[in-house]
Amino acid sequence: MTDVSVTSPCRLRINGEPCTIDIPPSVTLLDLLRERLDLTGTKKGCDHGQCGACTVLVNGKRVKSCLILAVSIPDAEVTTIEGLSRDGQMHPMQQAFLDQDAFQCGYCTPGQIMSAVALMEEGHVHTREEIREFMSGNLCRCGAYNGILDAIEQVIAQQQQDRAGEAA
Amino acid sequence: MRQFSYSRPDTLDTACHTPDHTRYLAGGTNLIDLMKSDVERPEHVVDLSALSMSQIEERPDGGLRLGALATNADTAAHPLVTERYPLLASAILAGASPQIRNRATNGGNLNQRTRCHYFYDPDMACNKRSPGTGCSAKGGRNRIMAILGTSDACIATFPSDMCVALAALNATVHLTGPEGERSVPLRDYHRLPEDTPWQDNILRTGEIVTSIDLPPLSFGSHHTYLKIRDRLSFAFAIVSVAAGLQMENNTIGKACIAMGGVGTKPWCVPEAEALLEGKTPSPSLFRDAAECLLQGAVTDRDNAAKLKLAPRVIIRALSQAAAGTPQSQTQKTIF
Repeated sequence: MTDVSVTSPCRLRINGEPCTIDIPPSVTLLDLLRERLDLTGTKKGCDHGQCGACTVLVNGKRVKSCLILAVSIPDAEVTTIEGLSRDGQMHPMQQAFLDQDAFQCGYCTPGQIMSAVALMEEGHVHTREEIREFMSGNLCRCGAYNGILDAIEQVIAQQQQDRAGEAA
Repeated sequence: MRQFSYSRPDTLDTACHTPDHTRYLAGGTNLIDLMKSDVERPEHVVDLSALSMSQIEERPDGGLRLGALATNADTAAHPLVTERYPLLASAILAGASPQIRNRATNGGNLNQRTRCHYFYDPDMACNKRSPGTGCSAKGGRNRIMAILGTSDACIATFPSDMCVALAALNATVHLTGPEGERSVPLRDYHRLPEDTPWQDNILRTGEIVTSIDLPPLSFGSHHTYLKIRDRLSFAFAIVSVAAGLQMENNTIGKACIAMGGVGTKPWCVPEAEALLEGKTPSPSLFRDAAECLLQGAVTDRDNAAKLKLAPRVIIRALSQAAAGTPQSQTQKTIF
């Protein structure tokens, strides 16, 4: 059993890098990222699990980082918006959001993109209605929903093309 | 958030023997929110996530055991759940959002608190949060509050979708505590508020939900989870109905029905189920079932609409179940 103490050790891998830090157990994953690790791409919107701006991947699954105590996911692999690009190249979902003008103010965008990346892995992308339903955990106060759907459909189309290319 | 001590025990026995003012942490999607709102003020948080209680496995009797720490998402996507208990998968997918379902657990779903606005606001009187202070919801803004199972002390709705399906399916809850193990029918797990509304359920100090059993039960395609809410996704039910009918030659065999959004606990009326059994589906039969389910309903200032809406949702859900056309949680049109 872990010792009951004022601060607890927190050991994670964040965007592939090991992170070990002593923090009070009340620190959420969101506050750890933003306030202690300077990873401010992940946004704090409602801080109550409703808006989705704080969406990150924990062990590949999309979650709301505002509702997770950082100490409660030992050794987890955390991926934030900062961890999506490879070799200076934007992730295809990031590029699609740019191409489709899928935001106005941009505050919800990191959460939308993380959610959309996870959605592709989950495979809930058969119809536009299904994408809408499975993106319902991310709110956009500017109302850029159509652009967001277009961006996700752009990536789906790209993936289908890539698969057809591989098969040929 | 207030400070607290934190531990993550690796045995159930250690987890059960905890000091006073302890809260158990599973997915945290409700507890951490309540701690931020200063509604929950635990001195100790005991994290259950190191315990191995996330399995979903077949039972010798043909039923299914859902581990208390299996996430809602993993449960709804599990092949044995989607094949044999699509009603449960549907109810889970009707609730929360994908990110919440990836963290929220089955045990946590049972133990979540009401979303009554007054419960969430520490400045308001609330017998559920602060015993003896009164109920601000009575006579207040209470459009979302319960019309069944209420008391003078509390009219808060129990918010779960999953538990409505579990109630319809006659699930059994397994508990382990300092005094050993026991099992309780899901229908008896949650309490009516009566004059002790702070006790949501029958859990005793140190007791932990370890698993939930589903009996062997098949409705084929004759089931539905129909949820009416203020927006089409990511909102709590105003009225919801889980229904399963075993149909034989256009006659109803076993009937299972439970309601959400209207009761202080998942709402079941065995007489309504008995009334359906052995009968041929018809609008008048379903009207009789609705009347029976809603017997004793009491409305308050803003929630009388639930009493108009509920019979329509019951009748529509029973029609969907009888026809073998379950409500899609993706295509939002209601047929």
